[in-house]
Amino acid sequence: MDQRTAVTAASTKLTMGKAINSGLRAAMERDPKVIVMGEDVGKMGGVYRITDGLQKDFGEHRVLDTPLAESGIVGTAVGLAVRGFRPVCEIQFEGFIFPAFDQINSQVAKLHYRTQGMLKVPLVIRVPFGGGVGAVEHHSESPESLFAHLPGIKVVSCSNPVDAYWMIQQAIECDDPVLFFEPKRRYHEKAEVDTEATPYPLFRSRVVREGSTATLAAYGPMVKTCLDAANAATEDGHELEVIDLRTLSPLDLDPVFESVRRTGHLVVVSEAPGEVSIASEIADRVQRECFYSLEAPVLKVTGFDTPYPPSKVEEEYLPDLDRVLDAVDRSLAW
Amino acid sequence: MSSPEQWTHPEPGGGPAATAAKPTPEQVIAGLRATNEGGAELVELLTPEGERVANPEFDQYVDDIGAEQLRGLYRDMVLVRRADREGNALQRQGQLGIWVPLLGQEAAQIGAGRALKPQDMVFPSYREHGVAWCRGVKPEQILATFRGTQHSDWDPVEHRFHPYTIVIGNQVLNATGYAMGQKFEGKVGNEPDAEATMVFFGDGATSQGDVHEGFVWAAVYDAPVVFYCQNNQWAISEPTERQSRLPLYQRARGYGFPGIRVDGNDVLACLAVSRWALEQCRSGNGPVLIEAFTYRMDAHTTSDDPTRYRLSDELEAWKLKDPIERVRVHLVRSGMAEQEFFDEVQLEADQLASELRAYCFNMPDPPAERIFSQVYAGGNPLLERQRDEYVQYLAGFEGGAH
Ligand SMILES: Cc1ncc(C[n+]2csc(CCOP(=O)(O)OP(=O)(O)O)c2C)c(N)n1
Ligand SMILES: [Mg+2]
Repeated sequence: MDQRTAVTAASTKLTMGKAINSGLRAAMERDPKVIVMGEDVGKMGGVYRITDGLQKDFGEHRVLDTPLAESGIVGTAVGLAVRGFRPVCEIQFEGFIFPAFDQINSQVAKLHYRTQGMLKVPLVIRVPFGGGVGAVEHHSESPESLFAHLPGIKVVSCSNPVDAYWMIQQAIECDDPVLFFEPKRRYHEKAEVDTEATPYPLFRSRVVREGSTATLAAYGPMVKTCLDAANAATEDGHELEVIDLRTLSPLDLDPVFESVRRTGHLVVVSEAPGEVSIASEIADRVQRECFYSLEAPVLKVTGFDTPYPPSKVEEEYLPDLDRVLDAVDRSLAW
Repeated sequence: MSSPEQWTHPEPGGGPAATAAKPTPEQVIAGLRATNEGGAELVELLTPEGERVANPEFDQYVDDIGAEQLRGLYRDMVLVRRADREGNALQRQGQLGIWVPLLGQEAAQIGAGRALKPQDMVFPSYREHGVAWCRGVKPEQILATFRGTQHSDWDPVEHRFHPYTIVIGNQVLNATGYAMGQKFEGKVGNEPDAEATMVFFGDGATSQGDVHEGFVWAAVYDAPVVFYCQNNQWAISEPTERQSRLPLYQRARGYGFPGIRVDGNDVLACLAVSRWALEQCRSGNGPVLIEAFTYRMDAHTTSDDPTRYRLSDELEAWKLKDPIERVRVHLVRSGMAEQEFFDEVQLEADQLASELRAYCFNMPDPPAERIFSQVYAGGNPLLERQRDEYVQYLAGFEGGAH
């Protein structure tokens, strides 16, 4: 039986939000150098309650309600990391990470390289991202490609409570800086989390549904969309394989190559604008690695190449089950 | 006995170090939070009890405010509060995705808004529905942002009121650049068409790099910009002492321009101080920082639950300083308004609310094509193709192809 559904004594049903909270708590209990910092993360426990209760239990010196400045949050975290702490920064919404872009690109990503490896920057930047929550501007974007493009940082995204619980702890233990993208619209999805299971490695993608007709590759919020699409496709007699990429930098595409060699069809699904993106990178790598296995070009189902639209039309902007299945049909009919 | 003022006004060489970032219990008991005290330097013309107090420096800026004008300010505040409450209710009823209440900040916004001349330019953050009102933006036009039909729905050039800015602090630099442009084009001086810019931001925003850079740029280029900080004591769950040891208005000194703290719940004082600051700017003595000392009476937004982080005592203390009530008391006591006037305003407010409501219920959703329009002034063939393909894809559903 797969560990994601295993029910043992250490197993509890958790939402993704609560799973990240429990993962943070476990990491803080294990290592006194782990500290949490960000806007409203302390007394209030974060706008999504991901850090709920941590300040109460670990104190104000380990859970910091910082001044309102993202460059400040990340820039001081670099100094703390160099000093021996393992900071976990929260950026309240992905749209507000950009004041910190300079620190992320210039220091977080490069300090190790610049110092010939003499300095490490073991920090985590947690970023709720993605749309579908009916929010105002800057609360629904998917900027992960911008960060995956920066050599020197690692970028991951969880898609379910089990991964969320383990991946946040693994990211904190990682000696490299990790950007941790959390699909905010999936915070309330529930699953059984076994806290004594052996976790799957952090920088590895995995097949989450087996199939032979075509392959879907996705990450974060779109994994559920793809699983729903795969379920619906069985009505047409299609068995879609779904791969949760989990790690966006470095990409782990071996499971994708292996799958495409069997199915001959690949659809990459992401909410982010599709041009010059992680989805494009996957298409490029797959056509080089699996050229003779492909029976159709790699298709992308992504957000459009526009700013995130007003929320009343976001359902049209975001890839959904129908757009995914339409792409599968086009691929199969090629 | 040392006082909160001493802790927060560190004079060179004197007094204990400011420790607002980590107040001791003794300091807290002595009122370091000072949540309902603006301190000795607070400019106030109308007390919370509705008493007009003389101010030799600022009276001249409101000497034209007679009974009629004061009734006008009262009406403004009642109407924007009513529209605000209706916005809140519409969100609760599922008509809006979110609402950002201005409750408690009516005087700070109407005082500043009514000090502006038509030729002045305004850069709001996202809570400035009262300033919008003064710039001729109808409450209806604000709904689009919060209903999610458009990001922004008024003409910024026509109203000289920039779109709301949600990314904290961004607009402070944009406003400073606009003001530099006013200066470069010779619109600063003693001519009647001299211009100034006013930019709105919160206490939390004062920590952002953009805001500091705005202060630096404005000082270096003598930009005619009034930095109007509404210190409503909270940045979501974080009290102002998480952002500063020093009262915010005192920061201006470090950048080389004047800073002033005004009672943000006193519409007359806000009007006077704003008029003074705008005049300074128009005549070439800008920039100026105003800290309007006020209180966020409601949640941060409709998504927020303030009981998680603040005590209701604080709210109760601030209720006694209500910006509208003090004007009402003053109008009655000084015989400047009869009951009939208050009834009329109430009626008008109810009508405004019901119109706003009706408007909201009838707002159409934008078509899917809106996603692709106005991304570039010069168009982009890639997007045109994406749009055409998408429209064709949607048409497939109508034909029952899917
Ligand atoms: C750059 C950025 N970071 C974080 C946020 C999330 N956020 C929205 S409002 C707010 C608090 C702002 O407080 P303040 O400046 O005092 O303004 P107020 O809301 O009290 O009017 C925060 C942290 C944001 N909008 N932009
Ligand atoms: Mg505030």
